[in-house]
Amino acid sequence: MSIFAKGYQARKIRRRYLERTLGSIASVLIIFWLTINFIKSPSQFFQASIIGLSNGVLYALIALGYTLVYGIIELINFAHGDLFMLGAVFSANFIAIWFGKSSSSPGAWLVFFGCLICVMSVSAGVNVGIERFAYRKLRRAPKLAPLITAVGVSFVLQFIGLRWNGSGPKTWNSVLPPGQFEISGVTIAYTTLYAIAITLPLLILMTWIVTRTRQGKAMRATAQDQDAARLMGINVDRTISFTFALGGALAGAAGLIFQQTRGLTSYNLGYQLGLIAFTSAVMGGIGSLQGAVLGALLIGLIQGLNDGLPIGLGQQWSQTVVFSILILLMAFRPTGLLGKPVTEKV
Amino acid sequence: MAIKLRVGKAKKEKAVKKSTSQKQWTIGFLIAAVIIWTFYTFIMYRLPFDIQQVFQHWLPPTTVNEALVWVICALGLNIVVGYAGLLDLGFVAFWAIGGYSAGWFMSSFFRQVNVHVLSTAKAESPGIHISFWGVIFIGGLICAAFGIIIGAPTLRLKSDYLALVTLGFGEIIPQVFTNGENIAGFNMSNGTKGISPVDNIGVPGKALGPFDFSWKFFIFALLTAMMIFVSLRLRKGRLGRAWLAIREDELAASMMGVPLMRTKLAAYAVGAFTGGIGGVAFATHVNGVFADRFNFSISIILLAMVVLGGMGNVWGVMVGALLVAWVNSTGLPSLGELVNTTFNLNINFPSYNFLLFGGVLILMMLFKREGMIPESRLKAILHEADDTSSNLGGHH
Repeated sequence: MSIFAKGYQARKIRRRYLERTLGSIASVLIIFWLTINFIKSPSQFFQASIIGLSNGVLYALIALGYTLVYGIIELINFAHGDLFMLGAVFSANFIAIWFGKSSSSPGAWLVFFGCLICVMSVSAGVNVGIERFAYRKLRRAPKLAPLITAVGVSFVLQFIGLRWNGSGPKTWNSVLPPGQFEISGVTIAYTTLYAIAITLPLLILMTWIVTRTRQGKAMRATAQDQDAARLMGINVDRTISFTFALGGALAGAAGLIFQQTRGLTSYNLGYQLGLIAFTSAVMGGIGSLQGAVLGALLIGLIQGLNDGLPIGLGQQWSQTVVFSILILLMAFRPTGLLGKPVTEKV
Repeated sequence: MAIKLRVGKAKKEKAVKKSTSQKQWTIGFLIAAVIIWTFYTFIMYRLPFDIQQVFQHWLPPTTVNEALVWVICALGLNIVVGYAGLLDLGFVAFWAIGGYSAGWFMSSFFRQVNVHVLSTAKAESPGIHISFWGVIFIGGLICAAFGIIIGAPTLRLKSDYLALVTLGFGEIIPQVFTNGENIAGFNMSNGTKGISPVDNIGVPGKALGPFDFSWKFFIFALLTAMMIFVSLRLRKGRLGRAWLAIREDELAASMMGVPLMRTKLAAYAVGAFTGGIGGVAFATHVNGVFADRFNFSISIILLAMVVLGGMGNVWGVMVGALLVAWVNSTGLPSLGELVNTTFNLNINFPSYNFLLFGGVLILMMLFKREGMIPESRLKAILHEADDTSSNLGGHH
């Protein structure tokens, strides 16, 4: 027994050493790369950072949905990204077709905020419905079953997007006031600021709900131990539904913001962005709210820098960079930046 | 005591019977393949024109061949998902790597060199030309190596994390091939243009034309038969039993002395090897490799085949793969055409395949988790949680 323990200890130490060395080498290389780029063109550096951060804020909204659901029922909700896509398509139809707004005006602002409320409630409703009909029955089944179901739901949502939006990408006019301003060579579009201005309160509201309210307490209790929570009189089914509603609402809001700031919708949008958002959630430590936001900002920044810097791999390698980070993280630090190591429940 | 003995004997007899049955099954499959081959090669052209048309419309030879490639890959995925219980959502990566091994070693792509090994290509044509039979192994080995590289650091992870890593891998590899036109000045994959044509299957002196479907069918059927045999053999052997043990309870398996990492890696490597064979076969089927064909939906279609047919059951997976491949390539368009002309409608049926595959995955998981032709042991596990009346426990 002691021999095994010793071998295990030695391996663990060696592993930790290897991780630390690789980690430091990677950080030195990254810092080197950033410095060179910064010296070469500071304005481009800041420009890329700002684009990256504004993407990161959007990723944060989606990543929170992943992390909430994973935190409570340990399911990677593959359909979450597609819910975001449906949110974007819904917003486009709501603003441009049902209300016919295609440029900025006071009325358009009204429609915009009406749309925000509608898209959040519709997405929340859809997500709750998905949980009720597809995932609830499989809650105690082996992991493989709900995961495959989630992939199936993702395909069904993509089908809805395909029927609704058409097979190609569609472009839309934004109702947010256009324009941009410049600070020492770095141009910042107003839409970026609006995106941040809408996202931040949502994030704060979310954190408040989870950490300060009674319902949030029930969520945290259910995440820790469903059976114990049930014994304490918490309605576990309703709490899980509420979690899905929260995640769905955030995905819907992200859909609206994406559609308005990029002016683009397409049925396969959710798959790519969903994966990126999931990577962010993992990077921050899945299950941790602050971690998801931090991870999303970092991933957005990395992507922005990689796409926009003079010495970089460029946009065509964007996916590869993000997924390589995902794989490396999984291999060396599956708990993420802020996650706590957990022992698997047996 | 006597009863016990008798039970033991019966079990032994059953085991003996089972070990011969795998050969019987494989031979049975081969006989069926020969019948189909004879039909397409000799009988079909003698049939009246109308009946020929029906076959060309509903079951053209190219669909049959493509379905066999899907079967090969689905059997590979079945080893990973069905036997070892590791969810792999990036199987397309192995398909792509297999395809590009065919592109590299069976075409005039690398014009800088001139290597010929038992190839059907003309001796003066530049590039690396290795016989199809060799490239199958090369492609398989490259895939197996990638399977181990991606598996080694990540197989410690929980099952859902593993699914994500494989998914990421399945995204990276096709992008590498799409952007591979200029990697530090080296053209690795010819980018989106792809590599075409590849050499024909055959032996030196006798090559099959690119449209020689009936002989290709025969070769693909041979490969499939080999895969069926290997799958059944592995399932019965030490490694297969170790896989099943891991699938059913990882902790218990490791306590019983099953080396987890090595066994899981073996599942990955064997699955990847098969994916490589499928990739090479597919490249010869479409006479080239094209980067944009390798996307996530291939991984999902393969998964749907395995789930629909019955995870872990070779016959189930085969039937599932044939059915899904047929529906995808011929069934849905042809059926749609039939419905549209009879009822005078105008519905674009192939556009419904997202709904079809998604719906199949959801409904199968909700109502028939074990698939159409279930494997008895897996059925028991998948419904283990259903009949526990207590609310306690159940975390897996």
